[in-house]
Amino acid sequence: MIRLLLSRLATLIPTLLGITVVAFALIRLIPGDPIEIMVGERRLDPAAHAALMTQMGLDQPLLVQYWAYVKQLAHGDLGKSLVTREAVSAEFAVLFPATVELAAAALLLALCVGLPLGLAAALKRGSWFDQAVMALATVGHSMPVFWWGLILIMAFSVGLEWTPVSGRVGIEFDIPTVTGFMLIDSALSDEAGAFVSSLLHLVLPAVVLGTIPMAVIARMTRSSMLEVLREDYMRTARAKGLAPARVIVVHGLRNALIPIVTVLGLQVGSLLGGAVLTETIFSWPGIGKWLIDAIGRRDYPVVQAGILVSALVFITVNLVVDLLYAVVNPRLRGGR
Amino acid sequence: MNGVVPADTLVSAPPSPWTEFRHAFAKNHGALAAFVVFALIATGALLAPLLAPHDPVQQFRDHLLTPPLWQAGGMATYPLGTDELGRCLLSRLLYGARVSLLIGLCAVLLALLPGVLLGLLAAFHERWLSPAIMRLMDILLALPGLLLAICVITVLGPGLVNTVIAIAVSALPGYVRLTRAAALAERGKDYVTASRVAGAGSWRLMFDTVLPNCLAPLIVNATLSFSSAVLETAALGFLGLGVQPPLPEWGSMLSAARDYIERAPWVVTMPGLTILVTVLSINLMGDGLRDALDPKLRSAS
Repeated sequence: MIRLLLSRLATLIPTLLGITVVAFALIRLIPGDPIEIMVGERRLDPAAHAALMTQMGLDQPLLVQYWAYVKQLAHGDLGKSLVTREAVSAEFAVLFPATVELAAAALLLALCVGLPLGLAAALKRGSWFDQAVMALATVGHSMPVFWWGLILIMAFSVGLEWTPVSGRVGIEFDIPTVTGFMLIDSALSDEAGAFVSSLLHLVLPAVVLGTIPMAVIARMTRSSMLEVLREDYMRTARAKGLAPARVIVVHGLRNALIPIVTVLGLQVGSLLGGAVLTETIFSWPGIGKWLIDAIGRRDYPVVQAGILVSALVFITVNLVVDLLYAVVNPRLRGGR
Repeated sequence: MNGVVPADTLVSAPPSPWTEFRHAFAKNHGALAAFVVFALIATGALLAPLLAPHDPVQQFRDHLLTPPLWQAGGMATYPLGTDELGRCLLSRLLYGARVSLLIGLCAVLLALLPGVLLGLLAAFHERWLSPAIMRLMDILLALPGLLLAICVITVLGPGLVNTVIAIAVSALPGYVRLTRAAALAERGKDYVTASRVAGAGSWRLMFDTVLPNCLAPLIVNATLSFSSAVLETAALGFLGLGVQPPLPEWGSMLSAARDYIERAPWVVTMPGLTILVTVLSINLMGDGLRDALDPKLRSAS
């Protein structure tokens, strides 16, 4: 297991370096003079311009600049926002839990609904239930997330007035930040109704973000389960007289899990992309909305950091998925 | 079986790959229906200047937010109603189909051609080129699709051509990996060795011998990446990073409609439904293609 982890980490090094090059190049590739873009409308005299160039190290050779950037990153410094003048890492620390909370809720929802539906569809293969689940999954898989969000807002927020339209918790509540996860913080706070409010705020965005993963998980579970149901060991398990539920869950589902875990890992990528859209629709104060707002304001250090961090999250998740394989499938534990 | 076989079946040649594919595809009713729907959308896009009742950017200031025909207050001149500036929705959707399908098609080609070339090069030059190409693709893959496209747009700025480039870049690694994997699997087979022994050069081996046998997964991937290109175009448009107004585009139509959810739900439902139906039909076609082109999967599921 340790060997597997180390060998995976070693292959990641060139990718990680590449990502820093991309993030570094991002700001430098934007056409035009970086200082002029940053100061925007205001005019600068040449002396101030030169002073800023020196201050930001932009007059140094590119390699020197890159080395300074990597050193800065190694210290956990993501640069300063041009708009708020705050350290990007400080803003990030506040926003990141919001995105994690949303993505985790979406993924959990997708698993809790998608897996049983796919399993049931496989067991009742060919029935109307199976066909209905697969039709829904096919539609869900093609769903434009941003439109789906608007439709749900139209139905549940505007029409039925069940859920709020935007934000993480009602404005009447003042929740002290403990973990950064609103659901936990509001439960810990002594304000009555805050937990329910934060839950209601979370439901629609999580459903929207979870729809595509849910559809993919349902489809994958079904086809993976159909493969497994045909295996000899399933017949053996049944012939031994094991309880049907035990045969399906322990012998069947466990073996069907490998492709499902793969798909789950791949879905995290689309979750990151989907989070950008979902957060924009629901004004969810997370990384995705931050990134889009920063692009609109030409706040390039924030864009740079957002891209870098998203890539790091994605790489880390893929690493975890690789290691999960080893947990699910002992045959992979030896490492390569 | 009583052993009587009609004479002509014994003589006739095995069905050509095309016939075989057509039969397999036609058996899949979902894919066939999706093909018909997609053909309708594509025809609508092609004939938009003839079919559209109005100019897509013309503003009828007297008829702001007219509801569609079947609702109270609907007008026959605007079958699907008008938007917040009084522009005919049907005309905008038809012209929007041109934008979306064109971007999708160009993006697929722009990713497919270099992707296939790089993939083949990586499969045939394992010493130096392969690690270089594959590490480069790993870096691109480290950014999930939409974010990579946003990254490209940040550098290039929004616009139609830049949308194509951004989507193509985000689809490129998939093609490279797929081509390389398929080519590596083919490369070790006897017919490739035979061709090599017969004196075929490395380019001839790559494009003439191996590539035709890697086409099936590539066609399926092209279909699926076409649907995600349509979806990404709309997503970028929705975020204001894609095609810029006044050019009609489904995603930017939706983002403009957001403020009218309560007053005029049709400006929200129509563009979204169009995107959903288009993407769904392409995806179903892709599923049908996969089943028809891959004999191993044909009987399964």
